[in-house]
Amino acid sequence: MEVFKNQNLRKNKWSRMKVKEIAEIIDAKVVCGEEFINREICCGFASDLMSDVLTLDSEQLALITGLANMQVVRTAEMADVNCIVFVRDKSVSPEMMEVAEDNEMVLLECKYSMFNAIGRLFQAGLQPVY
Amino acid sequence: MEFNYEVEGGNFAKAGNAASSVKKVLKQLNVDPKVIKRVVVALYEGEVNVVAHAYKGNIMVDIDTERIFIKISDEGPGIPDIDLAMTVGYSTASAMVREMGFGAGMGLPNMKRNADSLNLTSKVGKGTVVELTTNLPK
Repeated sequence: MEVFKNQNLRKNKWSRMKVKEIAEIIDAKVVCGEEFINREICCGFASDLMSDVLTLDSEQLALITGLANMQVVRTAEMADVNCIVFVRDKSVSPEMMEVAEDNEMVLLECKYSMFNAIGRLFQAGLQPVY
Repeated sequence: MEFNYEVEGGNFAKAGNAASSVKKVLKQLNVDPKVIKRVVVALYEGEVNVVAHAYKGNIMVDIDTERIFIKISDEGPGIPDIDLAMTVGYSTASAMVREMGFGAGMGLPNMKRNADSLNLTSKVGKGTVVELTTNLPK
């Protein structure tokens, strides 16, 4: 989309980010998968609709969502997403954490609204999927 | 080889258990990760459909060297108009299903997109059978 090419919208060019940089940008807490915080993320996708996540072909994607239930982690498992950011101060349950650990995912909890979190990540250069 | 899984209608805590097991099996068989993703995404959508709409269901997965065949059969209300059900955006899902992140009328179209063939038969008041075939590259 043309709007994404307009560099005036952002400070930086699109760049890959490590999970730990994402956590710093949105003041998020790593609640699972601490050992994977140096993993590289290529792009971000924000959605509360899991069927939309299941249509993506991208790899090394960070999923940003305000939905916190087991289906988010299962969706990530099926879609090969290994980094999930839970916004709006949502908490990860022990059951979700167990499935995430099995699949070597990193889970982040963020107090910001979806708009705030993705605005910061976009500004910092995390590329949209489309 | 053949695998069978039972699916409980309405139990969202377990939705995805079958797709997760199948993913592990396909990984062990060294199937191409891109093929695995297509198969498990289609299967997971089908599994969620059973949990969302049916009373109970069964998933049969048959794997050979040429193709992966999945048959998802349920006992449930059935689908009165299959063409309508295949339309993106058409949904009969409950509020609970929507709270789970589904129910936007994308399940069946997503399954079709991710399989090489999809065959759907349904009897109103009895149940639905979805057959998915994914060809394996030679």
